Amino acid sequence: MADANPRPPVIEMRQVCTRFGSHVVHADLDLEVRQGEILAIAGGSGSGKSVLLREMILLQRPTSGTVRLFGEDIATLDEAGRLRLRQRWGVMFQRGGLFSALTVRENVGLPMREHSELEDALIDSIADWKISLTGLPPEAATKMPDELSGGMLKRASLARAIALDPELLFLDEPTSGLDPASSAGVDELILRTHALFGLTIVIVTHDLDLLWQVADRVAVLGEGKVLAIDTMEALSHHAHPIVRGYFLDPRAGKTAAATTHDKETPWKTR
Amino acid sequence: MTDTDPRSGVPDDTPAPPDSMSAQLHHRDGQWLLSGHWTVHQLGSLPQDLAALDCPPGAVVLDGSALAALDSAGAWLLQGWLRGHQASAELRQWPPRCETLMRLVLDQVATPPPAPPGRGLLARVGRATADAALQAVALLHFVGEVAMAGASTLRHPGRMRWRAMQRNIQLGGFDALPIIGITSFLLGVVVAYQGADQLRHYGANIFVVDLVGYAMLREFAPLMSAIIIAGRSGSAYAAQIGTMVVTEEVDAMRTMAIDPIELLVLPKLLALAVALPLLTVFADLAGVFGGMVMARSQLGIGFHEFIDRFGREMQGATLLIGVGKSLVFAVVIATIGCFQGFRTRGSADSVGRQTTTSVVQSIFLVIVADALFSIAFNMLGL
Repeated sequence: MADANPRPPVIEMRQVCTRFGSHVVHADLDLEVRQGEILAIAGGSGSGKSVLLREMILLQRPTSGTVRLFGEDIATLDEAGRLRLRQRWGVMFQRGGLFSALTVRENVGLPMREHSELEDALIDSIADWKISLTGLPPEAATKMPDELSGGMLKRASLARAIALDPELLFLDEPTSGLDPASSAGVDELILRTHALFGLTIVIVTHDLDLLWQVADRVAVLGEGKVLAIDTMEALSHHAHPIVRGYFLDPRAGKTAAATTHDKETPWKTR
Repeated sequence: MTDTDPRSGVPDDTPAPPDSMSAQLHHRDGQWLLSGHWTVHQLGSLPQDLAALDCPPGAVVLDGSALAALDSAGAWLLQGWLRGHQASAELRQWPPRCETLMRLVLDQVATPPPAPPGRGLLARVGRATADAALQAVALLHFVGEVAMAGASTLRHPGRMRWRAMQRNIQLGGFDALPIIGITSFLLGVVVAYQGADQLRHYGANIFVVDLVGYAMLREFAPLMSAIIIAGRSGSAYAAQIGTMVVTEEVDAMRTMAIDPIELLVLPKLLALAVALPLLTVFADLAGVFGGMVMARSQLGIGFHEFIDRFGREMQGATLLIGVGKSLVFAVVIATIGCFQGFRTRGSADSVGRQTTTSVVQSIFLVIVADALFSIAFNMLGL
């Protein structure tokens, strides 16, 4: 099947090995993230999803292998190169990662304050707009992070992640700890952001609904490698047991595709 | 059913008390009868009673027709008793749910919990030494990073977080004035009192001035202030940074291309470098005042006499030595506090441990530095 996306991949990982002492997390892992796509990284606990994400955002160095972002090998980057790179992406952490000493508005405005010469009033306006884009009410802007509910916290940290209009967005378990209604809201938010800014999104998740509703492709991690990377429809016929585990709903006794796909598809925006 | 002693299970003729809730075990006609609620709240003294009961090894019939309820505690208690006597159970007329639970528990193979790896004294000493060496290397690494961040801030003074530094000066310096003042005053009192006792023998009362002056300005004021600030600010720095590590705020900073050292460490370091010497001067004042008060009350040396001699005998160098030492102490305390904060590993427990380590290490290193200063000054003749 011809590659429908001729542009170079945004993220390229080749033969990545990660070891902590004697514990091997990744063994010769290959992964490519295409420009403009929403890629989900799934896998059981301990399969190394979060470590892989951390290697992409320069918080962790792989034991061996190459990681290229926007075509540049991150191992060859100097301090200035890393600084440039970090301003091209936004990261939404699992527990929000908002600075507890600042209000939501100050949190969202921080990247702009650090890396631009814009005026404070302008930064505040942009921050307020980003906050409203994520569906938060205007009053949320002056709240402190510990005054926010779980759903609001996720939206606020997404607002900060898109503060600089990044080309690349990383989401670490965006729906963890959320009730179904809030999770559905996060699904919708991710799709809306993608439509609005046309960015490439990498999501680490094991939320089936998110995988079905939002992801263009899903990479399933297991045994230290990417076992399969394809659309959910294609993966549902995959032979590997770990991949199949994502599609067999033991509680319903039938494939998860039947239970989630049919009912939720009507409001899917793609 | 009621012709046995309910608690001991020994065949007895006394009537059992009407107590149908508590767990009971009776022996009758070669069978063991369970009755009552074998649940954690109703077991009563049964665990101790069971220990005294004997049962023959081999198959044992357990009649559960009078059993009202059974939970995990009751099931495990029974299983433990059976295992202890190498007996196996045959369950008769048990309520279905209780029987399911009992069978599940009986099926559990008794595996002793895995013993933690034995650590001989030598292994522990070796491991502790290796950890200490690694930590020392990590500290050097940290000092280097802080120096680099400091150098880059010197080149771009606009990047310095002045407001954070001011806030830290207020919290670490100004807010500490009362406690520093009180402790130094009391220390001055103690020093003068101890000295007064000896000096009186020789009629050398007036030398209490020199004693208080040298002791407070050179040694006690810088050292005590540093120790108090290590407990106050050193722990606060470690706890704040440690908590930020746990909540992923430090990671978030890094991904946003904000240097955590520039944002978190430098303001604290510079703030303490400004605050602690000033606090030391304040401690000098309070301590000498305390000495003055004691000198007046014990040795009859009036304030004017004290100040007169103080002004004549004490040299500016003495004050400067004390203040200079406190500058070094400030750098040590702030560096260790921030360093241990960054070493936190993901849990509340870790934050507590790192905070403790930071206070203990900074106090220790402050005292070591003080000793080294003493030796150095001795050799230099200061």
